[in-house]
Amino acid sequence: MSDTQTLRQWLLTETPTSRRHAKLSALYQGWLSFRSNTMAMVGLGILIALVLIAFAAPLLAPHDPFSQDLGNRLAPLGTEGHVFGTDSLGRDILSRLIYGARITLYIVALVALIAPVAGLLVGTVSGYVGGWADVVLMRITDIFLAFPRLVLALAFVAALGAGIENAVLAISLTAWPPYARIARAETLTIRSSDYISAIKLQGAGPIRIITKHIWPLCISSLIVRVTLDMAGIILAAAGLGFLGLGAQPPSPEWGAMISEGRRFILDHWWVATVPGLAIFTVSLAFNLLGDGLRDVLDPKAGE
Amino acid sequence: MMSTLLDVKNLWVKFPSRHGVFDAVRGVSFTLGRERLGIVGESGSGKSMTGRAILRLIRPPGIVEADHINLDGVDLLRKSEKDMRAVRGERISMVMQDPKFSLNPVMTIGDQIIEAYRLHSSASKAEAYTKSLEMLEAVSIRDPERVMRAYPHEMSGGMGQRIMIAMMLIPNPEILIADEPTSALDVSVQRQVLDIMDKLVKERGMGLIFISHDLNLVADFCDRVLIMYAGRIVEVCDADKLHDAQHPYTRGLLNSLPRLDAPRDRLEVLQRDPAWSDAESVSGRI
Amino acid sequence: MTMLDVNGLNVWFGKNRDRVDAVKGASFQVAGGESFGLVGESGSGKSTILRAITGLAPDWSGTVTVNGTPITGKKRPRGFFKTVQMVFQDPYASLHPRHSVDQVLGETLHLHGFDDIDGRVAKLLDDVGLGQKFRFRYPHQLSGGQRQRVAIARALAPEPTVLLLDEPTSALDVSVQAEILNLLADLRADRGLTYLMVSHDLSVVGHMCDRLAVMRNGEIVEILDVAALRASQASHPYSQQLLQASL
Repeated sequence: MSDTQTLRQWLLTETPTSRRHAKLSALYQGWLSFRSNTMAMVGLGILIALVLIAFAAPLLAPHDPFSQDLGNRLAPLGTEGHVFGTDSLGRDILSRLIYGARITLYIVALVALIAPVAGLLVGTVSGYVGGWADVVLMRITDIFLAFPRLVLALAFVAALGAGIENAVLAISLTAWPPYARIARAETLTIRSSDYISAIKLQGAGPIRIITKHIWPLCISSLIVRVTLDMAGIILAAAGLGFLGLGAQPPSPEWGAMISEGRRFILDHWWVATVPGLAIFTVSLAFNLLGDGLRDVLDPKAGE
Repeated sequence: MMSTLLDVKNLWVKFPSRHGVFDAVRGVSFTLGRERLGIVGESGSGKSMTGRAILRLIRPPGIVEADHINLDGVDLLRKSEKDMRAVRGERISMVMQDPKFSLNPVMTIGDQIIEAYRLHSSASKAEAYTKSLEMLEAVSIRDPERVMRAYPHEMSGGMGQRIMIAMMLIPNPEILIADEPTSALDVSVQRQVLDIMDKLVKERGMGLIFISHDLNLVADFCDRVLIMYAGRIVEVCDADKLHDAQHPYTRGLLNSLPRLDAPRDRLEVLQRDPAWSDAESVSGRI
Repeated sequence: MTMLDVNGLNVWFGKNRDRVDAVKGASFQVAGGESFGLVGESGSGKSTILRAITGLAPDWSGTVTVNGTPITGKKRPRGFFKTVQMVFQDPYASLHPRHSVDQVLGETLHLHGFDDIDGRVAKLLDDVGLGQKFRFRYPHQLSGGQRQRVAIARALAPEPTVLLLDEPTSALDVSVQAEILNLLADLRADRGLTYLMVSHDLSVVGHMCDRLAVMRNGEIVEILDVAALRASQASHPYSQQLLQASL
């Protein structure tokens, strides 16, 4: 017990003794204020559970998600051996949900890697360099923003061919412009601040200023925005899956599962509803997490 | 000796935080008559919090506690939020440091003054308009009709602050709380704004609480001064005797100022004594 | 020997109809090791002169010579910043909110090509009276005075000969102002620095400087010795008015 006490004191110290100590201490302070937000902790808990489920899918799933049992098709909730019932081909819905978590995570991770990074690059360069670069980059952003997201994604997928990777690519391509806008707006205020002037007076060039001084300040608000957008991204991926343009059968992608289940929605409602609830839960978890992160990361609220 | 307008006894302002409760104001007591009362201190001394606490403008999670804050014998702490709204502006007004943040940027100055006036009285629009013009003239604004049509961003800092004072004084309050009203202004304008404030306060027999970090300004301008340190009053004295103040903190502040008429190689540095913040708050009650 | 020679300096913002002339025909010389003050009210163009010298205000004309080398155009060569450094007005705005003191000073030293960065950071902190326990703190863990000390340490890192001080104490309490002014005076004595100090406060400039220029509406109305100022020998009515207000 006394050990954890001193660890806590070490982390909360006002006088860190090394670079690592200072970083850890700052992280711990952030964690403490995040932890005081119960709803955000619930969101984080759900997402951690999702990651664990995705990793341990083969251990957790009671059945093979692809094995069909036409004799036992459309079994209702609570059937023995099939807690969430079975779908039109007699596949266990719970097992498909568990494996589907992997696909959802895969989509989320890929989009989260591509869209904000592209937006950050475009936005900060446009905001910092200004002039012609700003005009050109922002007009391109405007063009992307002018299309409804799902329609643009549909067009991309139609051009690139259906499939989960192409769906992710299409969603990313339609998701980056808002991030570019945010990053640019933040860069414009940061650019004129004294601490940027000060580092200019040390002879720092634009690349160093953008990557080392502007990015760290933009990234936090982008992270918040990404987590809040994640729900929309999951829904867009599910929508593409639903329209048959995302994951292809027999893949247990949640959106594709709803799509398959919609034919029986009146008589066998659980086939579409259970994956729908999964999408709902994960989207909600991301929103809760995003809210909590905003409280911790937003520099305007903090200091 | 004089009638007491405001009587504050044992005022505390507390902010609960992760590291325990932070006391911004700790047991401050004072009275205000029809006089100019200065509150001086450094940033973090609790001087602004004291001003805000009187009007119950401390936002949660901040807590205001006091034995009483009596305005004409009625405890403000016992009033409902609705009754407090009537007190704010009508009986006690407040002028903040920067007029830019106190004026609505998308309304003309005239509309804002008229609105402020009509909030507290049932005057007609025309009446309110003439009254507003009079007030702007009273704060020495030339061409008040043009100013009435202007937007806040068209005003200089000094003009903006004078407009704020005009706005605050229209409902004829008994007490004006001015929180660093001139620190955003240049020295030459500062004097002007102070003179106007002084004239109005005197003419109307108001009580003025003047919150500032500037000792010389307060010594010049006020009748009585409370010196605050770490949330407590460490010394109370008459403003004209401020330069003979006794408390080592006040002395230290005075000595740390560079002076044109008394050049020194090094400025005196204030040596803070922990005993100052532990000592009991001095009462500013008469 | 003249360290800083400003001759007929004009600085403006904006173009054509929106053009605002912030500084009009300012000329003054600062000798090596001297401390020179620029005094005026807000909008008088005093800070703009510093920004023009450092290249932060890009549109200017006239001649500016630093230690015999004329400066040109918008960009300053890297070597320029080894001679001239600046301390900003607001220590709450001049430090990057996500960079620790160690990062701020370390990066500055790295940019100027120093080695033994660890040792130098430690020495800089000692020089400005902060000490090692502040090394890994973030700006929000520091008071205003401590932040301004970090900003001064950053300006001293490249070992400049000229320090431009833009109202270095106007955002600070008077007791902290005294500490910072003492520190600046000590540093100048130890290192033989040349100061160009901007302030709206005549008594601060009177304390810190040998000579000063009084500015109004972008023009220098008078240049005089501090001794003459103290003896109330200012000749221009505006200088007298300022003097009246600060006595």
